[in-house]
This record gives sequence, structure tokens and C-alpha cells, in this order.
Amino acid sequence: MERLLQQIINGISLGSIYALIALGYTMVYGIIKLINFAHSDIYMLGAFIGYFSMTTLKLGFIPSLLLSMVFCTIIGVVIEKVAYKPLRHATRIAVLITAIGVSLFLEYTTMAIAGANVRSYPPLTGILTKSFMLGNINISMLQILILGITIILMILLQFIVKKTRIGKAMRAVSLDSDAAELMGINVNTTISFTFALGSALAGAAGIMVGIYYNSINPLMGMLPGIKAFIAAVFGGIGIIPGAMIGGYFIGIVEVLVSGYSNSLYRDGVVFAILILVLIIKPTGLLGKNSREKV
Amino acid sequence: MSILSVKKLTKSFGGLTAVSNVNMEINEGELVGLIGPNGAGKTTLFNLLTGFYVPTSGTITLNVNGTSKSLGGLKPYTICKNGVARTFQNIRLFKDLTVLDNVRIAMHKNVKYGLISSFLHLPSYRKEEDELIRKSMELLRILRLDHKKDELAKNLPYGEQRHLEIARALATNPSLLLLDEPAAGMNPAETAQLTELIGWIREKFNLTILLIEHDMSLVMGICERIYVLDYGMIIACGTPDEIKSNERVIKAYLGEGLNNA
Amino acid sequence: MKKLFEINWIKTLVSLILTFVIIQLLISLNIINSYLQSTLAAICINIILAVSLNLITGFTGQFSLGHAGFMSIGAYVCALITLRIPTIPGFILGVFAGAVTAAVIGVIVGLPTLRLRGDYLAIATLGMAEIIRIIFLNMDKITNGAAGLQDIPQFTNWAWLFLYTAGTILIISNFIKSSHGRACISIREDEIAAEAMGVNSTRYKVTAFTIGAFFAGIAGALYASTFNFIDPKIFGFSKSIDILVVVVLGGLGSISGSIIAAILLGIITTYLQAFANIQMILYSLALIIIMIFRPQGLMGSKELSLSIFNRLGNSYKSKKGRV
Repeated sequence: MERLLQQIINGISLGSIYALIALGYTMVYGIIKLINFAHSDIYMLGAFIGYFSMTTLKLGFIPSLLLSMVFCTIIGVVIEKVAYKPLRHATRIAVLITAIGVSLFLEYTTMAIAGANVRSYPPLTGILTKSFMLGNINISMLQILILGITIILMILLQFIVKKTRIGKAMRAVSLDSDAAELMGINVNTTISFTFALGSALAGAAGIMVGIYYNSINPLMGMLPGIKAFIAAVFGGIGIIPGAMIGGYFIGIVEVLVSGYSNSLYRDGVVFAILILVLIIKPTGLLGKNSREKV
Repeated sequence: MSILSVKKLTKSFGGLTAVSNVNMEINEGELVGLIGPNGAGKTTLFNLLTGFYVPTSGTITLNVNGTSKSLGGLKPYTICKNGVARTFQNIRLFKDLTVLDNVRIAMHKNVKYGLISSFLHLPSYRKEEDELIRKSMELLRILRLDHKKDELAKNLPYGEQRHLEIARALATNPSLLLLDEPAAGMNPAETAQLTELIGWIREKFNLTILLIEHDMSLVMGICERIYVLDYGMIIACGTPDEIKSNERVIKAYLGEGLNNA
Repeated sequence: MKKLFEINWIKTLVSLILTFVIIQLLISLNIINSYLQSTLAAICINIILAVSLNLITGFTGQFSLGHAGFMSIGAYVCALITLRIPTIPGFILGVFAGAVTAAVIGVIVGLPTLRLRGDYLAIATLGMAEIIRIIFLNMDKITNGAAGLQDIPQFTNWAWLFLYTAGTILIISNFIKSSHGRACISIREDEIAAEAMGVNSTRYKVTAFTIGAFFAGIAGALYASTFNFIDPKIFGFSKSIDILVVVVLGGLGSISGSIIAAILLGIITTYLQAFANIQMILYSLALIIIMIFRPQGLMGSKELSLSIFNRLGNSYKSKKGRV
């Protein structure tokens, strides 16, 4: 039982990371129906910018986190303007291939600049190195920090989406972008803003993965990216709370599978869950069934 | 003898009952109209008859060549194979394919050569493909589309697209043809031409036709009997003259031009 | 009019023989050296993969991101058979068994997943391919796990590659020009209308998927036999993406487009090898630029009738011309 709880605690940290990445996928998909393959590389860039900020610039964790989020926001918006906007009326598959192109570009440019080898984040200092026991369960301050930041970011996101003007515009555009445009909403600005929000969250996820797992490399985004996307599908793509639930679910399942059986099966189980979800309820946990009109 | 017999057919979506307790009998060779205000459930009824929706309750029975078959819950392609063909209100041609291909695809269900023959273009392939082209061209000639066989469907003018939809439905060799607003968007001259065409193909192909239409000149002009649907229920059934003077129908339409027909 | 058809048939045959002989001559004269020969093999394998994926995605409209999974099945089955029976009959058996196994898995994977549409199908096929890869990774005793299989006997040469590549192209383009092929295309155009016209859409989606998987299996078998070494990493998600890129660059629904794109990409990659460190950056930039300026791919959905595989365009036109 204690072991199970311990695994779940560890799973929550991983789940936070997945949830933050999944939010970006789900928002972008909701608004322009694109599986933004480059999103996982924004997360990778977030980790690298955090690394640069903490080593070269010798900034603390929180300033590095903010720096990383700001940079990722800019990169996300630029990618949208340069690569996706010209294809607004092209086929979905053409945009998808472009997204794959952008993803490869970010990966290999990072590799050319920073090298292909794995880098380690600087060791933690101060209170972040501490951990405490709750009964027989070990909880580190780092895990609390990750969960805390994730929750704060999610509350902020919910506030933006539900209470602000631009949040309303986002929801309107995702329902019907033509109608939204006729109502005077600037669709392009709204799409840019969505990319900005998603990228900022991915940047935060990147730096948190850096301090938690302590190793980063230019191709680190691929697998977590796919898993975060699965998390978004699991919760119901386009639905923000769905991505959060999905992220935590996938994170916890993964840690449990590694903990209780062969860790080589970890990814297999995640993909099997994906396929089961798609077959049983393709619209995901929180999605509504809709049928094509005849 | 009735070719189509619908009994107590009901379809609800969540709390909304789109088609409620509908009874309908269509006799072989008849030309029957289905009218009703917008949102009355006409297209839903077509979708039930052609297998795109599964009925919530009730039965649909098709009697062709002395055998009767229950259609409720069957897949659309099975229903098509049993001899029911349809057109769509919002034209659903294979837009990026040629006129000829549109018709040939609808004849696919009768193709007998197998996959191996299609891989290697064996003699059976050639023989049947030649036959397919011959039959398709025959149909296209009837609908005056033969000179456009290599045009893409999307490049046809609107009226010809409607004709092609009818040609495609006929290519499935149906006993019962369901036309969903065939005259929508046509001008009076085109409608008159279409009216003539419908009457003519009915004779030529020995068809029973059920058609949804808003254009009263067409409905009143060629239908032998008319069913009126309102809020998912049949509120009247009878000859054009009976329908014109039916109080409930007039009320349902709020005098929507029935008398002008 | 029957003559016209026969003339086309002869033209196809002649151009095929010419292609074969010319390349064989270049190999004999060592103009195509052993290094370029492996490029040639890679191009042939990519043509088979792209044409077979085009049948699924370009013609039937079913977006698959799992083609590498079927390729890996062909590769492993053929490798395991030829390692035990290192003879020509063993190789023939290996390729055939690999293709059939891939096709069987194609049916098993296709039946449940092909009910999904668009991106959902893409992501489900991606998941299936990853599961296949993870299974190979974990079947240590048979597949040697992550270390992969080494010293797979090499049987492929230009003649074999040509035979399989030309065979794939002819069979798939013949299929597309048949009534069964048109049924597949009608699903891409409008699935609802296709069903209303009597096309059993599930059946034809699974048919296209299975044929595609069969040929991907052949491609995998040829890969194993050409490059002597396979491991699960080779058949990951990136490989599926690579195949899709060839198809989209060539044009969805254009077989000659897939062939041209595979040849061009093969040649470009060979010459970019000199700039190994920025090769992928250039490739990704090219991808983005091509998609922005020509999202329909090189050929759109048209066929090139002048190509050596001119049967594609010509016999189709002449057949229609006969009416």
C-alpha cells in the first residue's frame, strides 16, 4: 500500500509535466484542428533555455522559469505566424507535414547549436534539496514545487479562458471560426494568443523536467510529446480540463507500470490505453459524441 | 401491393423526437410526395429508410420481387443492395471524380470479378469493365450528361449536378427511389423539366418514387399521393386535391402558398 | 479499339525492360558503384512503401501514421527465415511470409481502428505501430531485443529490387483502375454517399489497409535483406513520418508523384550526406517551404504519363477514349 502511494506521488510529478504539455496540444487542436508536432520541441527548448539561464546566466529557478516561459511564448507565436498561418486554408495533412518540418527544424537546429549529447542541469540548492517523510512515504520539496507551479498555472489558464475577453474569443473561434470572425473577433490574433498560452505552459514543463530528471537533450521532446498528446486524446481533445485529467492519468499509469512490471512495457501500456480509449469512446473521457450530419 | 411498409416508426435524439410513430404504405409503381414545414423530420425519415439512422422503435419493411425484408438497423450499403437508392438534399457527389466514375461507382455492387482480377487485369476484368462503361453511358445519355462524361462532377452547373445525382442513384438499379428535394435551387423552367424527367424515368425504369419537395408545383403536379409531416408526425395523407383542402395542413403551413400551386 | 490497349501494354513492357537494362548496365560499368547501389536499394524500398501508403492515405483517404509497423513485421519475419534458411528459396519464402504476416496483422489492426476518422485514425495507427515495435523489443529470445538482428543474409540485387518495385507499382495502379479501386476512392471523396451507393466502406477500407500492409511487409523484407541488420529503432515513429512525407511531397492520390518524390528524396539525401551536421535542418526547411508554396505536393493528384511507368496515365486515358 505504501509502495503504491509512493508510486502515485511520483506519478503526480510526471503527470504534471504531461498535463502542462497536453494543454498546449489540446488548445491548438481545439482552435485550428492541428496536431502541432512542433509543440513537443517547444517543451524541449524550454528545458534548454532553463538550462542556459541557470548555468550561463546563473539565475535562480523562478527567474529561469519565467525567462523560459517568455522565450517559448515568442517562439510559439513566431512558428504560428511563419509556418502555419500561410496554410490556413490548405488541407490538414499539408499543415501536419509542415508541423513535422518545424519539429525536425527545432530539433536539429538545437542539435547543431548545443550538440547532441545529454546535458545535466546544475544541482539544486537550498530548500529544494530537502524532502520529508509522511508516514513511510518520501515526498521531496521538488515534487511539491512542481505540483504547486502546475496548479497555479492551471488556475491562471482557467481564469484566462473563462473570465477574460480573449479567453471568450478563444472559445468562440474553436466553436466556429467563421461565425466568430463575423462577430468581429480577430481570428488571427486569437490563434496567436492560443499558441502563446500553450507554448508558455510547455516552456514551464520543460524547465521542470530539467530540474526533476536532471538530463536534457535535443530529442527529449519526441516521446513525452506523443504521450502528452495521448493524454489530451484521453481526456477529450479540445477540452482543457480533459487534458489535465489525461496528463495525470497517463503519468500515474506510467509510473505504476514501471514500478510493478518491466519498464520496457511502460510505453506499450500507454499506447494500448490510447487505442482502447479510441475504440470505446473516440471523443475521450469528457468529450461529447457527435455524428456527421447526413 | 405495397413495396414499402413503415409501421410506428420513431426516432429520438436524446430528448427530441424527430420522427414519431410514423405509418406509411407505398404501393409498387406509385409516385408519392412527402411534404412538411422545415424541421418537420422529412430528411430524418429518409435517413431512417436508408440506414443512416437506426430507428428507436418501429419497423420498415421492403417488399421486392415477392420477398419481404426488414430494413430497420441494416447498414446503408445493404439497404442499397436490397433496392433502395437515394439522392441528397445538399448534393453529395464524388466531386473530384469524373461524371463517368460517379456513375460507375454506383454500379460497383454488381461487379463480380475479384481482387486478383483487379490486380492483374485478367480477362474477366476487361469484360466487366467494358460492360460497366456501356451501361453507364446509357444512363448518362438518358440524363443528357453523356457529352460531359470526362468532366469533374464539381465543374458541372448546379442543375446538371442534380441530374447526375439522379443518374448515380439509378445506377444502383433500385426498385424504390428516394429523392430529397430534387428541385431545390432550380428556376421554374428547370423545375418543369425535372418534373417531366422524374415522370419519365419512373416509367422507363419501372420505379416506385418517394420524394421530399418544397416546390408545390412539382409535388402537386406529379405525385399521386402525398404524406404531410409536421413535428415528426404524419398529419395528413391523400391525393393532391385532398391535401390542398386539408385544414391541418393549411394550419401547419400557415398558408404558405399551398393554394397557389 | 482493343489494339490500343495492347499497344499500351507493350509500351509498358518495353519501358520496364529498358529501365531495367539501363540501370543494370550502369551497375556493370561501375558507374553506379556499391555506395550508389545502396541508395538505389533505398529508393526502391521507399517507392514500395510510398506507393502502398498512398493507396491507404491518398486514394482511400485513411490517414495512417503506422506504416513502419507493417514494414518491421516484413523485415523481422524475412530476417528470421533467411537466417535459418540462407538460400534463394528461403529468401523468396521470407519475403512472401513477411508480406502475408504484415497483411494479416493489417486486418487485425484495421478492423477495430478503421472505424475512426481523420486524426483519430492517424494517432491510433501510430499507437499500433509503436506497440508492434515494443513487442519486437521485448521478444528478446527471438528478435534479440534492442540489439537487433545482425548478419542477415543478403540476397537482394538490382534484379530482385526491380521485380518487387515494378510489381508493386503495377499491381497497385491496376487495383486503383478497377471497380474495387474506385470503391476505395469513393470513400475518400464522400463516405456517406459511397455507403448510400452500395459501397461497404468498412470492407474497402480494410481491403486497402491490408494491401498496403502487404506491400509494406515486402519493403521491410527487402530492407532486412539489403542492409543485413535490423533493430526495433529503425521502425519507429520517425520512419512512418518519413514515408508519409514522401507520399505528401509527391502528391496524395498520385502514384507517379510518390515514385518521383522517392527518387528525388533518395538522391538529395545521398548528396546531403556530405553536410551531415546540417542535413536534417535543410531537409526540414525544404519540407516547410514546399508545403507553404505547394501544399498539394509535386503532382497533386495527377499522374505523369511520360514516365517510364506510362501505363498509369496512358491506358487510363485511352480506356476512357474508347467509349
